[in-house]
Amino acid sequence: MANVIRRRGIKARVGRGVLYAVLITAALFYALPLIVMLMTSFKPLSEITAGSLLSLPQDPTLAPWAKAWGEACTGMRCEGVGGYFWNSFAIVIPAVLISTAIGALNGYALTKWRFKGSELVFALMLFGCFIPFQVVLLPMAQTLGWLGLSSSRSGLVLVHVVFGIAFTTLFFRNFYVGIPDELVSAAKLDGAGFFRIFWRILLPVSAPIIVVSIIWQFTQIWNDFLFGVAFSGHSTQPVTVALNNLVNTSTGVSEYNVNMAAAMIAALPTLLVYVLAGKYFVRGLTAGSVKG
Amino acid sequence: MSDTTSPVFRRPTASGWLQAWLPRLVLAPSVAIILFFVYGFMLWTFVLSLTSSRMLPSYDFVGFGQYARLMANDRWWVASTNLMIFGALFVLICLVLGAVLAILLDQKIRQEGALRTIYLYPMALSFIVTGVVWKWLLNPQLGIQAMVRSWGFESFRFDWIVDPNMAIYTLVIAAVWQASGFVMALFLAGLRGIDDSIIKAAQLDGASLARIYWRVVMPCLRPVVFSAVMILSHIAIKSFDLVVALTGGGPGYATDLPATFMYTHAFNRAQIGLGSASAMLMLGGVLAILIPYLYSELRSRKHG
Repeated sequence: MANVIRRRGIKARVGRGVLYAVLITAALFYALPLIVMLMTSFKPLSEITAGSLLSLPQDPTLAPWAKAWGEACTGMRCEGVGGYFWNSFAIVIPAVLISTAIGALNGYALTKWRFKGSELVFALMLFGCFIPFQVVLLPMAQTLGWLGLSSSRSGLVLVHVVFGIAFTTLFFRNFYVGIPDELVSAAKLDGAGFFRIFWRILLPVSAPIIVVSIIWQFTQIWNDFLFGVAFSGHSTQPVTVALNNLVNTSTGVSEYNVNMAAAMIAALPTLLVYVLAGKYFVRGLTAGSVKG
Repeated sequence: MSDTTSPVFRRPTASGWLQAWLPRLVLAPSVAIILFFVYGFMLWTFVLSLTSSRMLPSYDFVGFGQYARLMANDRWWVASTNLMIFGALFVLICLVLGAVLAILLDQKIRQEGALRTIYLYPMALSFIVTGVVWKWLLNPQLGIQAMVRSWGFESFRFDWIVDPNMAIYTLVIAAVWQASGFVMALFLAGLRGIDDSIIKAAQLDGASLARIYWRVVMPCLRPVVFSAVMILSHIAIKSFDLVVALTGGGPGYATDLPATFMYTHAFNRAQIGLGSASAMLMLGGVLAILIPYLYSELRSRKHG
């Protein structure tokens, strides 16, 4: 689909110029909010009220970051978002690992050991990807209470695993469909069992889809707000909830530089993942939509 | 193998039985979890929506009374209308912007990778972060309005975020900023999948570039448009965090969406019955979009 514009000439050159101008303008639209956020987070408050949005920090300071991390008030407490940042990790890591492991086994069983009704099982699970979570919030709150997991990090891990399985199963199923069945049936004839085939044949080729699944789940769970705000307690909040509380805590002057530093802290892990593994990130995004 | 007893002829033994049932046993916990936490909870919420529950769930049934209250609730209508406006604009602008950027990027652009990375990165952020940033940019005293005024355009106004009639459009701006790069990526993948020879043939026929894109390329991208509309409408219906962070539903409740309406009533205003009814209507909305999608998806699987 490339090389449609090929003819050279003045008209074509002008066209080319306009093309780049449009693309760069678009890039500015996407990039500027992040740039402004970063610059603001390094400015002292006086420079923000006096200066312009786009002016570079005259007197760059790390104080807003330090305050956002360790002192800023998030609701009643004034301990910054640092603790909540680690909370997010404590929730995300087990939830990602467990849901990916379950998804891999499910995808394997659904594709290489088809049985009567396996398609129905898959359809049932697929539906779980799409429900608006508002429809499970109230029963979930009560169930977590019964399990003694209200306002706990383990409770949030459970919630994220439960609603992540649908996605991870979808990823692994679509990936394993493309692995030739002959490999598995040959191993079955040799008498290899369910787990042995998984361990020896499927798992070694699964690296790309494991990366996709981990990145997708990491981004989803890290960025979650709804479950976090509904099911966490004061000390078990994920960083997104703490950030929202910090920004909406109205004690005196709004410290926009601290707000922006806190937003950067909450954004950094997923941004880092995106920069380091963008290819897999895009693949995860498109996996559910463009069949593959 | 020299062993001639393939699994088919083997007598049923305990271990053979285990092997045959193992896949089902492995799936069983997940199926049980999904049945309970997804389908069971949906049913449970439906039951709650038929009760007069307020602070705590009670099972005192009032039929469809909560739905009637919802229909008579002005705030619910504001939220639903907002979703229509927000959803329609969000989906439409994302599609147009995504398609245009993808087509432009597909013209052998230098630094294409870098541009793509910039267009797509907002998708990695939390909607809370997006909301916090845009709240700051849209702040009339310190944000874009103040900046343009400082350039000498004293009468410039961009105070939508504090204007009850315009605040809903600030949600559109922030959401488009976050998701349009993703639509661009979808379209770009679609464009790269189109066979070059179709375009070459159209070029030989003397068709103009615009005409080729409109008449030849766009029809090929119909499945991409379809998927994008599904995903975007789904994001729109679920939008909750962005509203909370950007406008808090305000000014007043001018930017409430069904998702924030449900949360406020169920968790903050002790209206569990009413909140459940609104959640069920949200589910209905998702199903109305989803069923045609899944139907076509399954049909194309069978054919392809």
